[in-house]
Amino acid sequence: MSETHEGMDVGYVAKLACIELTDEETKLFQGQLDQVLHYVEQLNELDVSTVEPTAHAIPVFNVLRTDEIGTSLNHADIIANAPSATDGEIRVPKIIDQ
Amino acid sequence: MADLHKLTIAELSDKLGAGECTSVDIVNDVLGSIDSTDGNVGAYLTIDREDALAQAKAADEARAAGKNLPMLGIPVAIKDLLNVKGQPCTCSSKILEGYTAPYDATVITKLREAGAVLLGRVNMDEFAMGSSTENAALGKTSNPWNLDHVPGGSSGGSAASVAADEAIASLGSDTGGSIRQPSAFCGVVGVKPTYGRVSRYGLTAFASSLDQIGPITKTVKDSAILLETLCGLDKKDSSSIDMDVPAFGKKLTNDTSLAGMKLGLPKEYFVEGMDPEIEKSVRDAVEHCKSLGAEIVDVSLPNAKYAIAVYYIIATAEASANLARFDGIRYGMRLAGKSPAELYRKTRAAGFGQEVKRRIILGTYVLSSGYYDAYYLKAQKVRTLIRNDFTDAFKQCDAIVAPVTPTAAYKKGEKTDDPLKMYLDDILTTPSNLAGNCALSLPCGFTATGMPIGLQIIGDDFQEETILKVGHAYEQTTEWHKERPSL
Repeated sequence: MSETHEGMDVGYVAKLACIELTDEETKLFQGQLDQVLHYVEQLNELDVSTVEPTAHAIPVFNVLRTDEIGTSLNHADIIANAPSATDGEIRVPKIIDQ
Repeated sequence: MADLHKLTIAELSDKLGAGECTSVDIVNDVLGSIDSTDGNVGAYLTIDREDALAQAKAADEARAAGKNLPMLGIPVAIKDLLNVKGQPCTCSSKILEGYTAPYDATVITKLREAGAVLLGRVNMDEFAMGSSTENAALGKTSNPWNLDHVPGGSSGGSAASVAADEAIASLGSDTGGSIRQPSAFCGVVGVKPTYGRVSRYGLTAFASSLDQIGPITKTVKDSAILLETLCGLDKKDSSSIDMDVPAFGKKLTNDTSLAGMKLGLPKEYFVEGMDPEIEKSVRDAVEHCKSLGAEIVDVSLPNAKYAIAVYYIIATAEASANLARFDGIRYGMRLAGKSPAELYRKTRAAGFGQEVKRRIILGTYVLSSGYYDAYYLKAQKVRTLIRNDFTDAFKQCDAIVAPVTPTAAYKKGEKTDDPLKMYLDDILTTPSNLAGNCALSLPCGFTATGMPIGLQIIGDDFQEETILKVGHAYEQTTEWHKERPSL
């Protein structure tokens, strides 16, 4: 990690994660997460160049199911959860300016 | 009433079968217990009394009609990240306030089929991110053994409700120790099943390759009974395993001999900084197992010490993707924005607590271009080494015995300002999530100040039967599990 780690820019990563941070939060998280990243650098002690990665501990492959029509969730229940809805559809702010 | 809330699933099932009480009696007793103690404990977020009593009445009617299942009529508390149709599912987050679950999680469907009574929803760290239930946005939970102390987390409400006799049993979820650690802190029994044993459908995902749902109960026997109800292949969870489910409950007998059983003692689990009282209690418990006939062998898990580093890369990476769905569009909180992007940023800023934000940001970083190989891929490779260590260890033993946590439950506020310190508490539980194997926690003593101590029994993949047998033998020949907090 030392070869790539130039420190995380919390403000920039928060934008990627779509979370608006206050200045206080940015400063607080920067310190705390630098500490966590420093801690995980201990993985550099290990040579894992010949080790296969594990994505799932108990691997199962090619799980298929029969293509059957099932019951969908109730439309009205789903729409009832939306913070803003009209005519059975969820309302969102305009995406493309005229 | 006959203090029915203080009894176990097995005891109540016998009473119900013999006609000595009804499920309505049990639910009324448990509701009474909640009324008298939950003001102090704070385990519950929501309780639907009428619904619980209606379910109990239905269970009594089913019994009268000839139905007899071990969970029939038994009230169970539900961690607030499992979807129960028509109920809230907040994950103790402000971002999900107002959300009503439109479907049942598979474990809930299974509980309903078994006739269990869904009692109410219990508190947790927000989105299961935490080890003390202090990261909860919607409630405060205390340890029933000392109200100034944390109940552990993230399934703190699940463990506290059972310890305080406010539920006969509960469901929790364990991503890095979130069933075992609060069970140890609250002096109850908790099982993290092997990854794939229990369907995750309807569990609000934190880290999908690590999450497992499991039981929290007063005894090992009860955990076996409840676990059996939860297990099995589910087509709605492609990682669930097609495998026979043993009759975990029935297989536990009065035989307390551990003759022929090899128990591995990993030296790496007695870490620096461990409370000497914990080490002594656990070593005493190992000696006790030896006296029951078990052979104790030394095993080594040399890469377990890297588990926290690996865990906080993999878990946060998966969380950053899983929690992208909380964006203010389809459910929960929404703050206005001129564009969708502004709406997302503002909603997530207001809706998520600090720990959740920290973990999403860390997870986003370790997955981001240029850092993926150095962090995420490397962590996945070390995950392989941790799993290989267990594979080697289980060639020498049937189960591994170890502490659950380096310390007992601590005072509230002690670690909230130092996330890394809080993370390091998970050092003895995260290895099993990364390896995918099964593990349980059960009471094995108390500290001088009266806080419970947990013994961890770890089994190889799908060897729940073995760890339950060891735990049951230990429990039947000791008295720790009979101690109750005075509330």
